Amino acid sequence: MSLTDLTLHAMQQRLRNKEVTSVELTRAFLERIGSVDPSINAYLTVTAEQALEDAARADRRLAEGQGAELTGIPLALKDIFITEGVRTTCASRILENFVPPYDGTAVAKLKEQGAVLLGKLNMDEFAMGSSNENSAFGAVKNPWNLDFVPGGSSGGSAACIAARLAAATLGTDTGGSIRQPAANCGVVGLKPTYGRVSRYGVIAFASSLDQVGPIARDVEDCAILLQAVAGYDAADSTSVDMPVPDYRATLRDGVKGLKIGLPREYFIEGLDPDVQQATDDAIAVLRELGAELVEVALPHTEYAVACYYLIATAEASSNLARYDGVRYGRRVDRGQGLIDMFMQSRAAGFGPEVKRRIMLGTYALSSGYYDAYYLKAQKVRTLIRQDFLDAFAKVDVMLTPVAPTPAFRLGEKLADPLQMYLSDIFTIPVNLAGTCGMSLPCGLSRDGLPIGLQLIGRPFGEAALLKAAYAYEQATTWHRHLAPL
Amino acid sequence: MKITRAQVEHVARLARLALADAELDALTDEMDAILGYVETLNSLDTDHIVPTSHAVPMENAFRDDTVRPSLGTMKAVQNAPAAAGGCFVVPKVIE
Repeated sequence: MSLTDLTLHAMQQRLRNKEVTSVELTRAFLERIGSVDPSINAYLTVTAEQALEDAARADRRLAEGQGAELTGIPLALKDIFITEGVRTTCASRILENFVPPYDGTAVAKLKEQGAVLLGKLNMDEFAMGSSNENSAFGAVKNPWNLDFVPGGSSGGSAACIAARLAAATLGTDTGGSIRQPAANCGVVGLKPTYGRVSRYGVIAFASSLDQVGPIARDVEDCAILLQAVAGYDAADSTSVDMPVPDYRATLRDGVKGLKIGLPREYFIEGLDPDVQQATDDAIAVLRELGAELVEVALPHTEYAVACYYLIATAEASSNLARYDGVRYGRRVDRGQGLIDMFMQSRAAGFGPEVKRRIMLGTYALSSGYYDAYYLKAQKVRTLIRQDFLDAFAKVDVMLTPVAPTPAFRLGEKLADPLQMYLSDIFTIPVNLAGTCGMSLPCGLSRDGLPIGLQLIGRPFGEAALLKAAYAYEQATTWHRHLAPL
Repeated sequence: MKITRAQVEHVARLARLALADAELDALTDEMDAILGYVETLNSLDTDHIVPTSHAVPMENAFRDDTVRPSLGTMKAVQNAPAAAGGCFVVPKVIE
């Protein structure tokens, strides 16, 4: 087995047993990035020199017995995390040359542990997209089949793990941007509860929905990475001051007696038959393991996509107002005054999907339309959130497909924004409710593309979520299927 | 029509986006379709529903008013397209 095929927890074992060094691991990944990534386009920036220096430092730390959980583990980050001294673009022309002067909290935590950062990963521009085709620096290809999308917006992160180009990654999830690409690429992704991980130093898209989470090879790797970044941060006043449990301590507790809800609104007509079959099979596996499966209702599900595309765009239009060509980013100045400079800089810097969402959000917030669109959506969000709280009064975890179909072909949905938005129909409600959700591999389609199973947990119920996911994973072999690369 | 081309032009001005004619045409159609879709929300009676602006119930977050190190001027302006003397340089605002 090649070093790059190992899970993060297997790498930890080998580092501790002195069977491998961080420099060896880092070199193996850098070599593989050089040979494989030209066909995937997962990396926007590779920090090879820095990575090898950090790996050497990690090896010294390990030799002194001072290692932490992630010391010497080669990781990569979605290019939405600002990194001191390393170009951070958010896959946008407007930030093409932006070199942040500080690290965000999650990045600082990984660095304190001595993790090695291999580079920055491609994504949909400003995390807006479901296919990674909205990157200003080229689409990412699905490692399972290069004609298909990896999903988005953390498509570079999911493809990176599927192609074994880093041990694990951090992504962000505003409406499914960790879970949907993880499903499309046959890897494991976790969107924690809103407030569980600090957003300080994460470029903002929709501030009431954005959350940081891991994408990794298996459930245990996700638990390790979540453990490293979870917790209250004074620099993010929306992070929640609540103890972080030891996620690995309960990972192996099993699902006997666990109540798993099946929301009937998610098992709709139009669900791809392969997805339906894989989901039914997963339900049977969990029942066999001793879980109790019960039907539940999330009656406002059909309104979630509409609600999301008003709230997320409104918040985005406000957050992206900062890109004005003054403090950072691209400036286009024709010498026709300040307002013209703003308008030209933004027109030249943003791609079509970002412009579309800024326009929608500006409209939804504009005088005369605020009540009809933005306020209405916020009220519907209350109903959707209440659906989840009511369901979680009856069950511990819920189970659904991640998406109605496996990955689609490059270009297939580009001409129709609304069709693209609807591919997030099963992931969006979790962000609106603010709770946690996971995607894990549960099958392969007739075209040989991965299918993802979504487990949804109670607010701050990541431990139970990981436990259920681990029980399912260990009873099946899907996480061991590797993309043929 | 949910939205007219003139409204789209107005919104582009509010959003500080200089859009070409072709972009305005395309956006008028796309926004019209999306706004048509979000009309589904109107089938719900929300008269007595409190809006949710934040998913996690939370009071105001206060902290002690203590002096801490900050980024510093040089780092703050290092990414500016134009800076001079530790200040951001912008086109003339007042004629």
